[in-house]
Amino acid sequence: MAAATSPAAILKDAGLFALVALGLCIPIVSHRTDLGSDGLALTPRWGLVAGLCAAVFCVRLVQRLLLERRAARALVTPSPHQATEPVGAEPNAGQRLPRLGLPLFVGFALFLPLIAALASGGLSPARYWIDLGILILTYVMLGWGLNIVVGLAGLLDLGYVAFYAVGAYSYALLSTVFGLSFWVCLPLAGLFAGLWGVMLGFPVLRLRGDYLAIVTLAFGEIIRLVLINWSDVTGGSAGISSIPRATFFGVPFKAGPDGFSTLFGLPFDPMHRIVFLYYLILALALVTSLVTLRLRRLPIGRAWEALREDEIACRSLGIDTTKTKLTAFALGAMFGGFAGSFFAVRQGFVSPESFNFLESAIILAIVVLGGMGSQLGVAVAAVAMVGGPELLRNLGFLKGVFGEGFDPNEFRLLLFGLAMVAMMIWRPRGLISDRMPTVALGQRKAIGKDLVREGHG
Amino acid sequence: MATRRPDDPHAVLTVDHLTMRFGGLTAVDDLSFQARRAEITALIGPNGAGKTTVFNCITGFYRPSEGMLTLRHADGAAHLLERLPNHAVNRRARVARTFQNIRLFSGMTVLENLMVAQHAPLMRASGYTLLGLLGLPGYRRAEAEAVAKASAWLERIDLLRRADDPAGDLPYGDQRRLEIARAMCTGPELLCLDEPAAGLNPRESADLARLLRHIRDEHATSVLLIEHDMAVVMEISDHVVVLDYGKKIADGPPRDIREDPKVIAAYLGVEDEEVAKVDAEVGLTIPVAEEARP
Amino acid sequence: MDVFVQQLINGLTLGSIYGLIAIGYTMVFGIIGMVNFAHGDVFMVSTFIALISFLVLTALGISSVALAFLAVLVITMALTALWGFSVERIAYRPLRGSFRLAPLISAIGVSIFLSNFVQVAQGARNKALPSMLDGGLTLFERDGYAVTLSYKQILIMAVTSVLLLGFWYLVQRTPFGRAQRACEQDRKMAALLGIDVDRTISLTFVLGAVLAAVAGLLYLLYYGVVSFSDGFVPGVKAFTAAVLGGIGSLPGAVIGGLIIGLIETFWSAYFSIEYKDVAAFSILAIVLIFMPSGLLGRAEVEKV
Repeated sequence: MAAATSPAAILKDAGLFALVALGLCIPIVSHRTDLGSDGLALTPRWGLVAGLCAAVFCVRLVQRLLLERRAARALVTPSPHQATEPVGAEPNAGQRLPRLGLPLFVGFALFLPLIAALASGGLSPARYWIDLGILILTYVMLGWGLNIVVGLAGLLDLGYVAFYAVGAYSYALLSTVFGLSFWVCLPLAGLFAGLWGVMLGFPVLRLRGDYLAIVTLAFGEIIRLVLINWSDVTGGSAGISSIPRATFFGVPFKAGPDGFSTLFGLPFDPMHRIVFLYYLILALALVTSLVTLRLRRLPIGRAWEALREDEIACRSLGIDTTKTKLTAFALGAMFGGFAGSFFAVRQGFVSPESFNFLESAIILAIVVLGGMGSQLGVAVAAVAMVGGPELLRNLGFLKGVFGEGFDPNEFRLLLFGLAMVAMMIWRPRGLISDRMPTVALGQRKAIGKDLVREGHG
Repeated sequence: MATRRPDDPHAVLTVDHLTMRFGGLTAVDDLSFQARRAEITALIGPNGAGKTTVFNCITGFYRPSEGMLTLRHADGAAHLLERLPNHAVNRRARVARTFQNIRLFSGMTVLENLMVAQHAPLMRASGYTLLGLLGLPGYRRAEAEAVAKASAWLERIDLLRRADDPAGDLPYGDQRRLEIARAMCTGPELLCLDEPAAGLNPRESADLARLLRHIRDEHATSVLLIEHDMAVVMEISDHVVVLDYGKKIADGPPRDIREDPKVIAAYLGVEDEEVAKVDAEVGLTIPVAEEARP
Repeated sequence: MDVFVQQLINGLTLGSIYGLIAIGYTMVFGIIGMVNFAHGDVFMVSTFIALISFLVLTALGISSVALAFLAVLVITMALTALWGFSVERIAYRPLRGSFRLAPLISAIGVSIFLSNFVQVAQGARNKALPSMLDGGLTLFERDGYAVTLSYKQILIMAVTSVLLLGFWYLVQRTPFGRAQRACEQDRKMAALLGIDVDRTISLTFVLGAVLAAVAGLLYLLYYGVVSFSDGFVPGVKAFTAAVLGGIGSLPGAVIGGLIIGLIETFWSAYFSIEYKDVAAFSILAIVLIFMPSGLLGRAEVEKV
């Protein structure tokens, strides 16, 4: 590696990037099309293009300078790859964190409503934070559910949202048509989703890798399109509304003599229901996590991980790989179904639009970014991926910079896409990629990511 | 050389008229042989002779185009291997195998590798996961037994102190031995080894020979092995089958095979007079370049 | 019968567009073994480039349709090629040889980015092109039903055929084509033999994007309306075409494209137009499950 690149070369490189950016901006950014009186009218926006190119130039310049400094430093300190003797492998902070991390996360989650209420001075003002908590926990649960399929068994599922949809519609239909209560519907929804998992899983599990991903994507889309078009049952694009609200194990959250507040002698507050929903999803998510942690130490969990490592070796050891994959698929689907029925009871409304491919992509991104198989990683990734875009809503001050018409929310998905790319380049194996053994004679030692395989199916 | 009949009660594996075609290529052509109980049978032949294909047929990875593969257990039960699904060849017929390019679960520890091999009994003990999920003591006992069995094997292959290290971190020779131990943890009647001595140094080869003899004598497991290292083959096998271009060209005790002119010609592709000279030079060891693992 | 012939024509037209996109999928899969999830969105970007270029040229006062078409074709191909190049360079190249899932996630990220980039830059409404090149040839007329071959359809089929011939020559007869096929077989060995693998892969993406650009322009002409969300479904259909034809096989991609186009039009004409995308996705699933090596692909033998 060259010790230093000349400043001129760096400038030239950044210039090249700006030039490419210019090319990319033409004509999609440079000319805005608007519906005018006679067809589309063009509005040139060269100022914006210039600004974008300048921004790209600066970002690249800074990046190159940083890289330059790192390269210079690398020349001074020898890299561990060049070591002739083993380099002392002290667990670094990143390795120690997972042991404390999960309890810390759960602890924080347990007290979040209290903290939010204290910080914002009352339950009602804290609603935003509790709602956000519910949203994040829903994705944590979905991530933990999909983690069984992708992280442990190494099966790439891009249609996970289908099972979320099955769960949501199961609850919506069972409660509105048959009048069943949430607590009856919840296990039923999980069961249905699991059955769908088996039904869809059976034909597709022979496929590997990207093909499996695409087939599952196709199934996810088919289910969504059927939900849209089969209007007699599903209500079509309009969806199903006025789904019964959650009750406190049969006691409704309402003002009046037989409501939750009267029963517990509290003044009526609509926030009780929200807090209850928060703890409900927390409990569901924790069940998912505990079951997964337990399963990892059972033969089935070990078989999943072995399957991810080497399917052919598994078969030579007498493991029925089809059944093993199906159990992973079905269990993942079941947790997706639970999450789906929670979604329905929380919203009181379901429509096919909530179950599009983007959702599947987000959930998969959470699992991969978290580090496949890691419970804490998935939780952290869910906070980042779901909470991060939420921050954009609060960037009102940008209006001062870019003018009144600027809506940061518009850029939510754009930045989300960029972030997905950036995070893969930064950490392709996810935040926590070490694997903890499930059984040990002596001390359990984390296994480095270089040895852990990602699966081929 | 006594001809064996198919109903030989000592045969653990009987291969009858096995033929395997891939498109137009006949990799194995009308092969018949037997592997006897509590013996080490070696399957040798030049590269491309079809040895691994035979293994893949026996262990259920390929479905043979023609022929019959019978595995007879010590209790007399017979299994037709070509009719069993892949995984059932191990679970029901109790045939275990290793692979030419080692297939360990490299991201799992040495101990975990051996636990995965005991999947079937552990699944039963965990009540197919349901009872295990509840943490009942029955499963915990079964797991402790499985760990004990694994430890015993680790002791035997001298890897006990590395039990908690990832399998992918082990040196090559240790990985080979671990793969054999993992196959043995499934409790097989027949153990099929695909080039177990490839890439081993002379000392490791000697260890391997000792291990295989131990397996034959102490565990009543018959061994079928593919091997290129003639020193190993001649030292440990009780019986040798030679393949060339998918056909059997010789079958008998190592002593006879060593002197069989057809075998020598197949291996060296030279006239008989030259064989003696080459023999002396190489000490009968035919080195075979192994392709490096990716 | 008349309806059948008409649908046949429509199906082949649509199919040639899918075939052009499918080549991008199949080439990239062939050379780096990844499903370029963002390819459908690159196609969508090209429809917008073509649309705005048309409008700009009209504003500049170019009235000759032929001239405008050629100019737009060149501009769209060049600018889309730049997109293909940049996407590969930024989102995929750093991940080469990395964890298998990473490029897929990155590609999904690019796909989300591209569709939202266009949405932010151009708004969420459908954009319509003033109709041009109307009319066509009436092939025959019976009982008041005229089977027509519109000028657009002729143009689409002609452009597609010419392009495919040129492309076929490029891959089969030029040093680049040889390098590309070598990389497909064994990237490491190709590199050892002095082939610039990175450059070859880059060029593959650029070529895929160029063909997608042509498809984008033709799509715009044919439908006259584009939207930022138009990348996903045509992308999936083209991918289905690539798999159906046998992924990695160029003639397969074209044949697959034609078949998918025909199935879609016939399904819409004879069964139900609401379920036409369900049909497309179902075919994708069925093909992948029952004939994963496609019509012209090589069957994969499990290596033990």
